[in-house]
Amino acid sequence: MRPAFSLIVFTTLSGLGFGLAAILGLGLIMAPTPQWWVIYNGVALALIGAGVLSSTLHLGHPERAWRAMTQWRSSWLSREGVLAALTTIILLGFAAEGYAEGHGNLKIGIAVALLSLATIWSTAMIYASLKTVARWHHPLTPFVFVGYAISGGLVLAAALDALANGGISLLAQPALMGLISTAIVTMIWTKQAGAEGSGSTPESATGLGNLGEVRMLMPPHSEENWLQHEMGFVVARKHAAKLRLFSVTLAIILPAVMVYSAAASSAMLVLAAITHVIGVMVSRWLFFAEAKHTVMLYYGARH
Amino acid sequence: MTDMPAPSEKKLGLVIDLDICVGCQACVVNCKEWNTAGYGAPLSDVNAYGDNPSGSWLNRVHTFEAGKGAEARVVHFPKSCLHCEDAPCVPVCPTGASYKRAEDGIVLVNEDWCIGCGLCAWSCPYGAREMDPAEGVMKKCTLCVDRIYNDTLDEEDQIPACVRTCPTSARHFGDLGDPNSDVSKLVAERGGFDLMPEQNTKPVNKYLPPRPRRQAADDDTSVDLVALAKTDEPSGFWSWLDKTLDRL
Repeated sequence: MRPAFSLIVFTTLSGLGFGLAAILGLGLIMAPTPQWWVIYNGVALALIGAGVLSSTLHLGHPERAWRAMTQWRSSWLSREGVLAALTTIILLGFAAEGYAEGHGNLKIGIAVALLSLATIWSTAMIYASLKTVARWHHPLTPFVFVGYAISGGLVLAAALDALANGGISLLAQPALMGLISTAIVTMIWTKQAGAEGSGSTPESATGLGNLGEVRMLMPPHSEENWLQHEMGFVVARKHAAKLRLFSVTLAIILPAVMVYSAAASSAMLVLAAITHVIGVMVSRWLFFAEAKHTVMLYYGARH
Repeated sequence: MTDMPAPSEKKLGLVIDLDICVGCQACVVNCKEWNTAGYGAPLSDVNAYGDNPSGSWLNRVHTFEAGKGAEARVVHFPKSCLHCEDAPCVPVCPTGASYKRAEDGIVLVNEDWCIGCGLCAWSCPYGAREMDPAEGVMKKCTLCVDRIYNDTLDEEDQIPACVRTCPTSARHFGDLGDPNSDVSKLVAERGGFDLMPEQNTKPVNKYLPPRPRRQAADDDTSVDLVALAKTDEPSGFWSWLDKTLDRL
């Protein structure tokens, strides 16, 4: 699948924003002043906003994006839209309500946390529900998304906490645990997801298997078409191993080391959050680039 | 709502005969011709006269080779939307633009609602949907819904453009929900099959397999075409003329 930049930015930033919102909702970091409370919630809202804005860039008709809120009964994309909007509204209320005291109402906060998790889950389910892409159609796919969102949220919350309150954040330890759990889930997912293929072959795609092996003799058109462009992305799959190493190093190992180091200053924690985001983007790039779609079986692929 | 309607009694669709399709691409061209001026936005092309032309098409003919050696067969393979009973492209649509008609099972896109997110194309295992490069909305085969119910056309034209134009009658149109329809009988008789049945989409369109080869002729009955083509040596006047001309 073609790794569209807009979708990489969308899933990474909105995931991180909702991850941070969940941690704010649970009241895991305290704001020393109302200004810091605004910054905490502002960072979460800005990340969510940037992510959602980026996702609309992917659309052929962004001006009709509101229509995507209507089919929540059947469509994970629609559910994602509804939940993202609802969570954002409640987060705004939570932030406004807690302004004076520097922390929000716990009941509303728990709602924010649960809705944030549900939003991240539905973002992942947009991909995980597609039977046509074996790599995505795996029970661990949503856990990978939630893992990155929560561990990223914890790293970011630790950085904000250290910046606001000076010195070491108590969230460093949970952030480390989050990163390690995410690494384990991602490793299992990377090994298992799509390993057995989609179950479809050029023989089942054409129904000509009883004649023997089926090979493409001529494509339907002389030049690449939209389907091949969108779903036949193969560029740089050969660099997958290297990119995976980059991604794990930037998203997990470096932030884990920085968060864990006794000298974890606020600057170090901010750096940890930044390398984490870059690492997650690389992993999202791989998420798309390594995914194979059954339609390519009609275009000479065998997987 | 993009919830699937209850399975319709009437299931309009195509039956495509892989035995006789010659890969002439006439159905591809007539489909584009009709649909660029018919239902919804035109089917646009990008760089049509340049180095790397592309554009949206609702029907494409692939060519495959199946089997090995002397038994290998070349099979031309037209492919358009299969109007699946369990169409995965319908429930994934976030706007309700993608829908399956309850009355005849045709899968359509309401282009005024489509936001061009492309998720329906991702969910289709067959590649039946293509994003229009100019309009930014999803295009797909409509089963020529604007022909088949169009009383202003002559009766013989009230069938999909691809079926109307096929010079070898490799494409058939009809109600596959009715076991007594011509298309259903054809499917039963010829062993029509589904594409990618393992994807559980329950396609309405069926494909007819290439017929088995005739028994390979053995030595006794085989005809030596080279021998047949050989003419007798000239004799008489023609022999004289031949030799005389040779001498000149």
